[in-house]
Amino acid sequence: MNRKTAPAARQKGIPAETKKQLLYYMKLTRDIEYRIERVLYRQGKIVGGVYVGRGQEAISVGTGMLMRENDVVAPTHRDMGIFLIRGISPRRIIAQYMGRKTGVTGGKDGNMHMGDLKHNIIAFVSHLGDNVPVAAGAALAFTMRGEDRVVFCYSGEGATSRGDWHEGVNFAAVHKLPVVFFINNNQYAYSTPVSLQMPVENVADRAPAYGIPGEVVDGNDVLAVYESARRAADWARSGKGPYLVEYKTFRMTGHSAHDDAGYVPKELLEEWKGKDPIERLERHMLGEGELTNDELTRMASEITAIVDDAVDWADKSPFPDPEDALKGVYFEER
Amino acid sequence: MAQTTYLEAIRQGIWEEMERDARVFILGEDVGVYGGAFKVTAGFLDHFGPKRVIDMPISESAIVGAAIGSAYMGMRPIAEMQFIDFISCAFDQITNFAAKSRYRWGAGVPIVVRGPSGGNTHGGPFHSQNVESFFLNTPGLKIVQPATAYDAKGLIKAAIRDEDPVLYFEHKYLYRRIKEEIPSEDYTVPIGKAALRREGGDLGIITYGAMVYTALEAADTLAKDGVQTEVLDLRTLAPLDEEAILATAAKTGKVIVLHEACLTGGAGGEIAARIAEKAFDFLDGPVVRVAAKDTPVPYSPPLEEFFLPQVGGVLEAARKLLDY
Repeated sequence: MNRKTAPAARQKGIPAETKKQLLYYMKLTRDIEYRIERVLYRQGKIVGGVYVGRGQEAISVGTGMLMRENDVVAPTHRDMGIFLIRGISPRRIIAQYMGRKTGVTGGKDGNMHMGDLKHNIIAFVSHLGDNVPVAAGAALAFTMRGEDRVVFCYSGEGATSRGDWHEGVNFAAVHKLPVVFFINNNQYAYSTPVSLQMPVENVADRAPAYGIPGEVVDGNDVLAVYESARRAADWARSGKGPYLVEYKTFRMTGHSAHDDAGYVPKELLEEWKGKDPIERLERHMLGEGELTNDELTRMASEITAIVDDAVDWADKSPFPDPEDALKGVYFEER
Repeated sequence: MAQTTYLEAIRQGIWEEMERDARVFILGEDVGVYGGAFKVTAGFLDHFGPKRVIDMPISESAIVGAAIGSAYMGMRPIAEMQFIDFISCAFDQITNFAAKSRYRWGAGVPIVVRGPSGGNTHGGPFHSQNVESFFLNTPGLKIVQPATAYDAKGLIKAAIRDEDPVLYFEHKYLYRRIKEEIPSEDYTVPIGKAALRREGGDLGIITYGAMVYTALEAADTLAKDGVQTEVLDLRTLAPLDEEAILATAAKTGKVIVLHEACLTGGAGGEIAARIAEKAFDFLDGPVVRVAAKDTPVPYSPPLEEFFLPQVGGVLEAARKLLDY
């Protein structure tokens, strides 16, 4: 059941328009995260922890593009692309990071700790792996009600060491629930390399133990990600139960903005720099004649304008009132 | 009207809510074919079917996590912990996912986590605990502990209908020992409201769960000496019925807080502190706590009896306080 997939260069089935969208969302993700981590955080306008997915954008974007509107997503902290694809505006996202009243959580929580059930996004908690049983529960509701909906659930390879991860995957597999498990294996959990995280080479090697399919895919090849996510979603949608895809990638930053990641060998970073998912897709599309340099320039300036506007809007947004801290602990009649 | 046991009252409450509302379902270990370790869900599988009565793997985190996920999608799950001691395995899902969800991002988590708690049944360290104070310091949770059959039914219904996560701690010692006539019509018991079980002006005992009966027995004995004891059954620990607590303190001036959970860090400390802060002027003596010893729950009958608060201990505390 465990198989490795062919590189996407050979997969010609994806329309150029879809590829453009994949490129657009990867670039938008990177630009927003750049502003967050390298500009606003350093200016002191964002406080607390900041976690970005630089170099890993292909995973959230390539999988996220496969979601139907009524599918549900349970993302984790390197999945900014999901929020953009699901329609959370860059304005609300930047305001979220800046702790403003207009942010997704109104200042109650920060950074990637955001969700919105109107957009079918379940917010994760810092206890990574906790979202796995919760995702299975959402899928359980769909099964109970006979709804044609799938849950997309994300974890890093580090989170797969947690008991909750096992409990969630096992339960979902026992009940053949419509949930797909996407593993972002960026090879480091904070400073801990994957070799100290698990004794097997791939997270996907565990899939047969749950009686579910598992595959290993190049996580820096967005077209391969997209195709694999389609296989996974189709499988889950057809009632066959969960499907696991492990995306091999590399964390091109520290764990968070304050971490210089001195423990990561420079050669590895150099090696993976050459596999950058955005540059790869650009090269591929330019080579195939699916994109022109003019279009690239236009896309870049469009994205810059969107992010400029979002930063400006968020910066002008008010902070929450201190007393707002007391609100919303329990249900309040409106 | 027939007598209904505490256990049957819980069963009826869940059953009726499942009949009333298709969103309500139950998940837990051995709740289906076996009907639950204490038979709270006996007959449910046959009547409601396997989609609404789900036998789960031994995975308390997945039980509560799945409850949370389904609640996000509009369901009203009841997650059973086979023994409430096992709720520690789901602590993270309850305190971090469920309790903080509405506050963080506005997503309510209308789930019930329930199970048999308490000792006096020789269950030993892992089948006897009272876990309420593990959770009292986590805003976002509601915690109820019924003492009567009437409340057991009314509170489970209220918990199921509540928009927030409710921890429903039933006392297994009461399951078949307590019975009373309860209405056949639909009713709920409001969460957050205490009940006066006995009125009196000389001494107040504030308690909940199985200790309500210990308090009432002590009150009977004290009455023979002419002491009028008030017994306040909190029923809900979060949110506390502060008004009722302060009223009993003001009326009696001498208060014992009694609970079956261990003394240190127990709910009694919080109750005593509120009385000290807000009803100090009315007090004629220190607020006294009577609780289980600060040890794990021991197994052997003489050890467990010594560990648990007994009527004798309450009387001793009462007489000292009355002499104060």
